[in-house]
Amino acid sequence: MSEVVHINLTVNGEAISQTVPVRTNLVDFLRNDVGLTGSHVGCEHGVCGACTLEVDGTMVRGCLMLAVQADGAKVTTIEGFADKDRATDLQEAFQRHNSLQCGYCTPGMMASALEYVEAGGAADREAIRNHISGNYCRCTGYQSIVDAIVDVIDGRAAT
Amino acid sequence: MKPAEFSYEKPSSLEGLLKLLDQPDRDYQVLAGGQSLMPMMNFRLAQPELLIDMNAVEELQFISEEGEAVQIGAMTRYAQLASSPLVAKYLPLFAMALPHIAHAAVRNRGTIGGSAALADPAAEMPALLLVLNAALNLVSNSGQRSVAADDFFLGIYETALEEGEIIQSISIPKTQAGNRYGFYELARRHGDYAMAGVAIAAGADDPVEDIRIAMFGIADRACRINAAEQAFGGTSLADGAALDAAIAGLSTLEFQGDLNADAATKKHLAGVVLKRALKEMSK
Repeated sequence: MSEVVHINLTVNGEAISQTVPVRTNLVDFLRNDVGLTGSHVGCEHGVCGACTLEVDGTMVRGCLMLAVQADGAKVTTIEGFADKDRATDLQEAFQRHNSLQCGYCTPGMMASALEYVEAGGAADREAIRNHISGNYCRCTGYQSIVDAIVDVIDGRAAT
Repeated sequence: MKPAEFSYEKPSSLEGLLKLLDQPDRDYQVLAGGQSLMPMMNFRLAQPELLIDMNAVEELQFISEEGEAVQIGAMTRYAQLASSPLVAKYLPLFAMALPHIAHAAVRNRGTIGGSAALADPAAEMPALLLVLNAALNLVSNSGQRSVAADDFFLGIYETALEEGEIIQSISIPKTQAGNRYGFYELARRHGDYAMAGVAIAAGADDPVEDIRIAMFGIADRACRINAAEQAFGGTSLADGAALDAAIAGLSTLEFQGDLNADAATKKHLAGVVLKRALKEMSK
């Protein structure tokens, strides 16, 4: 029998109260129990970045945190970034620049990009590449993703 | 994959944590930032019966000044080190190396104590602690002790930590005026574990009076390179003959290959990183 724990957390502004097996990781909990399938599960060992999401204001790997560790936390997933208008310009820029093909990396890529943009990161292509180095994309070659991020930084600076 | 079944405890104080650790008959693992242990559990390379989560022990998360040293709590995260004014002022080598330690999302969770306690041969932190002459302050239910970094890292994933003992904090001497630092690593992707890397700390004197050089990603652990340190004693960091002697001295090391490169390649790369780090320092 799995050991279970009752957890209370906020996901995209909504209070969630649920019982989870302690061995369930955060991204599986969000996808399978909360029903938010926007966060993707890739490598399950912290290398690919597809499951990157926000916990208490910082971006983390959803596969390297247990759901039970998010007890009491504020979690924001790609659905939350979209709802709250926080990443609208980033979403639009990704579309405009064709920054995705299959889209598997996109939720995590956008989380990492958002972290960089919101921290006031410069529109410096090499710095952007370093920041998103923890997110694999096997389609685009990254060029168009960097284009989109530069665009958003320039756009936010202009407003 | 998903981790195997385990029981879970999350103590909220150091006292509570130490009590849980004092169970010699239980097969437990201590969870710090989880950026290495969680993958190992997902792969089922680690299958502890009990997981003791340190993340709620706030007493272990701090960065403070204590006389001539900076004290860092074991559960201090890389991102906290990177944004700390004390680290920026007194530990310039950390500022150089931190951007190379994994990726942003991993630095947001990974801890200094977790990296030191794991002692991954390719991790940067053990090498930094070696060249900065850090002391690791260990604690268990039966008391406290302090171990120099030089005596702490014993082999692949092997440290001086005893059963039931954890790192409480790490003391690192503050930099002195004019001290020089070097850091260079080669990785397949920025932020990945190094194929070979080097950290260097040298005093202000030129010719060099004291220098500490450590490498990671090349052997069974991060290690001081005595031959290279000796080669630069009494010379300039830009001295070509000293560099040749230091690189020749590398052949005394027991290089170990990994998935990235075999031992012969590692030996070559060790020379490359040493040369590049020194070149950057002599600019």
